[in-house]
Amino acid sequence: MFVAWRDLRFAKGRFTLMGTVIVLITLLVGLLSGLTAGLARENVSAITGLPADRLAFAAPPDGRSVSFTDSTVTASQWRDWAARPGVSAAEPLGIRTLNAAAGGRTAAVSAFGTASGSGIAPGGTGPGRVVLSTSAAKELDVTPGDTVRLGTLDAAVAAVSGDASYSHTPVVWTSLGDWQKLGHSGTTPEEQATVIALSGAGADWAAGDAALRTSSKTIDEALGAIGSYQAENGSLQLMRGFLFAISALVIGAFFTVWTIQRSADVAVLKALGASTRYLLKDALGQAVVMLTAGTLFGTGLAVGFGALISGGDVPFVLDPLTVLGPAAVIVVLGVLGAALSIRRITAVDPLTALGSAR
Amino acid sequence: MSLLLDHVTLTYPDGDGRLTALDAVSLDVPAGSLAAVVGPSGSGKSSLLAVAATLVTPDSGRVVVAGTETSSLGPAQKAELRRETVGIVFQQPNLLPSLTALEQLQVMAHLSGRTSRTARERAGELLDAVGLAVQAHRRPHQLSGGQRQRVNIARALMNEPSVLLVDEPTSALDHERGAAVMELLAGLTAERGTATVLVTHDRTHLDRADRVVTVRDGRITEEARV
Ligand SMILES: Nc1ncnc2c1ncn2[C@@H]1O[C@H](COP(=O)(O)OP(=O)(O)OP(=O)(O)O)[C@@H](O)[C@H]1O
Ligand SMILES: [Mg+2]
Repeated sequence: MFVAWRDLRFAKGRFTLMGTVIVLITLLVGLLSGLTAGLARENVSAITGLPADRLAFAAPPDGRSVSFTDSTVTASQWRDWAARPGVSAAEPLGIRTLNAAAGGRTAAVSAFGTASGSGIAPGGTGPGRVVLSTSAAKELDVTPGDTVRLGTLDAAVAAVSGDASYSHTPVVWTSLGDWQKLGHSGTTPEEQATVIALSGAGADWAAGDAALRTSSKTIDEALGAIGSYQAENGSLQLMRGFLFAISALVIGAFFTVWTIQRSADVAVLKALGASTRYLLKDALGQAVVMLTAGTLFGTGLAVGFGALISGGDVPFVLDPLTVLGPAAVIVVLGVLGAALSIRRITAVDPLTALGSAR
Repeated sequence: MSLLLDHVTLTYPDGDGRLTALDAVSLDVPAGSLAAVVGPSGSGKSSLLAVAATLVTPDSGRVVVAGTETSSLGPAQKAELRRETVGIVFQQPNLLPSLTALEQLQVMAHLSGRTSRTARERAGELLDAVGLAVQAHRRPHQLSGGQRQRVNIARALMNEPSVLLVDEPTSALDHERGAAVMELLAGLTAERGTATVLVTHDRTHLDRADRVVTVRDGRITEEARV
């Protein structure tokens, strides 16, 4: 890197400008990543936090995919699932989004109804007793012992536990019986829930689905059944993807121009006996230095900015993966873009150093 | 270690046909001797140096640099030969804009994988020898044309080449400096036993050469002893 280091210092202005672009792109990608992770957590944390291997939905009509809003399972289905070989647990789970009120306050919440002792909800629920997630308690400003009104049901707050959230609303855990009353229109007398949380090893899930007219999905697959999740996550990931592509292209363009500008120097070095490998290593090292410096700085800014806003109402997740993952991707894509541009060093003819071009 | 060109023919593409820059040129420069090449502009002097420096492969003929037959060498081996055995003084200085005068020389050691203090010391001594000790830490844009040309010369000497190829070294220098450079090259050739080829327009310093070769239309047409 003998020449590359000195070029970096000599052409300070150009490299600073390019470095700033990398810093800004990294900052933007970092913020977008934190926001994507934050929004995703608000959308799915109640589902991903379930201690279950799979979720069984009611089998959708032909050509449709499963969805939480369209699914209704019956007591006979979860009892039959529980009886199948290899299935260690089959617990009904009711999910319904509705308004909750306490004192003067109201909030949209997701009521998660579970059978008592099922182990998939925090303990403390029972007839007339509910457990609130932290943010539900905060929004309604209640503490254990207070009363909340869920739709038509008045219930005592038994405990405040966890930060489960579903479809951007905080979760309120209820007993299955209470949950069934919440949406009861009086016309469906049979016991019912939304999905069945299945656990077990070596069970034949497909055979169970076929026999019981359900469609069981892994937890990850089931996330797609949350209406807003896929669209929301998809568009954010698309934006991130575009930013990655833009950064690679911008860096590629910069190094293309830079390499063309210094091709006379490259010819001289070749004439003096520099091997092509030496020159490629030199140039690529320069790209790596600039990219790493820019990306580290941008990531630092994103972390600082994220720490500022993540305490408030903005859903923002700061963890090593959301912060360092995109940074690494930018470095890798940037090096690829630079490598493609730097390749033209191979084609520089040392004979031109003898000409009177300069 | 000598330089030998044996019936070397070099053509360049020229429109539909080809332009013959060197036409069956033979030249034998033994170690420790300085051959001056004179001739009109466009006669093929730089082309002769390019062939000798392995920067271009001749259409036919043999080029033997310091005992190495070059026709069988690949690009990497030719680069190594240039780095370790050949010193080139370019017609125009060809300095790297981001490097100081001292670094222009140090980079030569770096290319060969040598980055020791001795390399730095040698670079300093060479700059001193061409009268640029004071300007060692200036970049090319802070040097005069003649100073740049002297850095160009010092750089060619950095890796102690056994074949030295010099293209018009004195054209940007005043008479005194030109004489000093000629003195330096002639001295080095004799002391270190290099085979030196010196291309020049300047007939005033030819007395320092062991022999003078005239190139015209790509042919060595006249060889005169001075
Ligand atoms: N890379 C090239 N491609 C095509 N033709 C070239 C190339 N280099 C030189 N020539 C031609 O070859 C001939 C010899 O050129 P060369 O550079 O060897 O001349 P020269 O004797 O060094 O001239 P000068 O004294 O002006 O430097 C010229 O006619 C020139 O136009
Ligand atoms: Mg010439």
